[in-house]
Amino acid sequence: MIEVQDLTKSFGEKTAVDHVSFTVNKGEILGFLGPNGAGKTTTMRILTGFLPATSGTAKIAGFDVFDDSMEVRRRIGYLPEAPPLYTDMTVWSYLDFVARIKNVPAERRKTLIENALVKTNLEDKRDELIKRLSRGYKQRVGIAQAMVHDPDVIILDEPTVGLDPKQIIEVRHLIKSLAGSHTIILSTHILPEVSMTCDRVVIISAGKVVAVDTPANLTSQLKGGQRVRLEAEADEVALRAALQEIPAIHHIDVEPAGGSGRIAATVESAQGEDVRSQIAAKVVGRGWPLYELRGMSVSLEDVFLQLTTEDSEHAAKPAKN
Amino acid sequence: MKGLYAIYRKEMGHYFVSPVAYIIVGVFLFLCSYFFTRLLTAVIENSLEASMSGGGGAFDVPSIVVRYFFGTVSTILLFLTPTLTMGVYSEERKRGTMEMLMTSPVSDTAIVLGKYLASMTLLVIMLAPTFLYSAYMFFHSEPAAPWRVLLTAYLGVLLLGGALLALGSFFSSLTESQIIASILTFGAALLLWVLDYGQPGSGPVASTMQYLSIFRHVEDFTRGVIDTSSLIFYASFICFGLFLTVRSLDSMRWRRA
Repeated sequence: MIEVQDLTKSFGEKTAVDHVSFTVNKGEILGFLGPNGAGKTTTMRILTGFLPATSGTAKIAGFDVFDDSMEVRRRIGYLPEAPPLYTDMTVWSYLDFVARIKNVPAERRKTLIENALVKTNLEDKRDELIKRLSRGYKQRVGIAQAMVHDPDVIILDEPTVGLDPKQIIEVRHLIKSLAGSHTIILSTHILPEVSMTCDRVVIISAGKVVAVDTPANLTSQLKGGQRVRLEAEADEVALRAALQEIPAIHHIDVEPAGGSGRIAATVESAQGEDVRSQIAAKVVGRGWPLYELRGMSVSLEDVFLQLTTEDSEHAAKPAKN
Repeated sequence: MKGLYAIYRKEMGHYFVSPVAYIIVGVFLFLCSYFFTRLLTAVIENSLEASMSGGGGAFDVPSIVVRYFFGTVSTILLFLTPTLTMGVYSEERKRGTMEMLMTSPVSDTAIVLGKYLASMTLLVIMLAPTFLYSAYMFFHSEPAAPWRVLLTAYLGVLLLGGALLALGSFFSSLTESQIIASILTFGAALLLWVLDYGQPGSGPVASTMQYLSIFRHVEDFTRGVIDTSSLIFYASFICFGLFLTVRSLDSMRWRRA
């Protein structure tokens, strides 16, 4: 549905998007993950036809975003970072306006607006002025605006930013419910969002794609080992020495925790070995009170940090030529 | 051009849900009524004095009033039209809605024309009530005054207003600040007004300056004359202003970071 090939965009000297390539299949939710300023918004603006690319091509439903901009614009719904709202309109008249400029034929307009209102849970706000709505409702109007003309592709730039936790969950559910009939690209710098909503993730850093995969694959790939955290009342040096006796452990971090002489240690061990019982035996065997012992899973956050920091180290060299 | 009508509707709604349009129209009508009454009284007094002292023949009160009145209306428009157009694009840019318009299947030309036609409609709405009192004057004048003068005067003022609105929409598309847009529009309009001041009567420079002076062309219209060169001047002024606005929108795609 969406094919991006070697897309590059420079603003003067600065390259915001650097040879980005990826594809999105029909009905899929693609997460665009990256730190602020990584080039997510720029990529989305190119896809929507708001900005032209410096080089490379992007196609949506077979139409080039630059050469067939009008055809592309008919097929996309776009929610920019700040929802583009006319605050002195009512929700209904605003959506009616959007449907009109998106070329929705008159006989389908009412049904589609109604549909968008139902999906975004805005039915009882239809006659309210947008400026009287809370931040969360405004965001929903923004999403309703992006889907009101039933487009093939919906592009959402940070759809959950500024919402409270309950609203975030609602918006995520909404996005998931839109998949299948629509192809969705959403950008975010919030990691749980990606693992919860997206089928695939593109991790982008400093304008370059550093990884494309499913959230599950990304985490398991980088799960080099296992981590265990323990908290005990012991001497720092002695605890470290005791833990080093366990052969499977290859890395130990020790720091004081929560007063009264307690020590917290984070231990990394080889994959597939559960060192918890051995640790417990060591600690209790020496008569140290053990307060906590738990395994930690590698989160997408670690993957993300690893990829984006690795990238900036690696990127420094090839960027020079 | 379906998008054009949608944009037009939205703009009209925008003018009339906010107090802006009501205030501008209100101030305009108040000033016009004031000047109209003062002018009419002054001209009637003068004509009475003239007839009592026995000098001169008939005094064409309506035509004189029309000429002065529409001169005044032009001046009021110079001050008020920048406020009509200042927000047209700058506010959309500031609110981020420009991004939505430009990623919708609507051409830049349709956006510009839709918005321009809406501001022209507001201008017509502004001017319409003044027709009542000029018409009242014409209706009661003895002998009957030529209606043609009144109609051409309105045509002239509409063209002048249209030119000012096209100028204003261009400046509004350049900036995110409404104040900057209105000051630039006012400055440019004032410059175009005084362009022929201090130019000696003849010579190519002087005649060019006189031709470019945006207010000079209204004078012919207020005398009941439709001068083709003035028509062409205003038409090309409006087209050029709108063309620049379209280009300016297009350039946003290339400029914005």
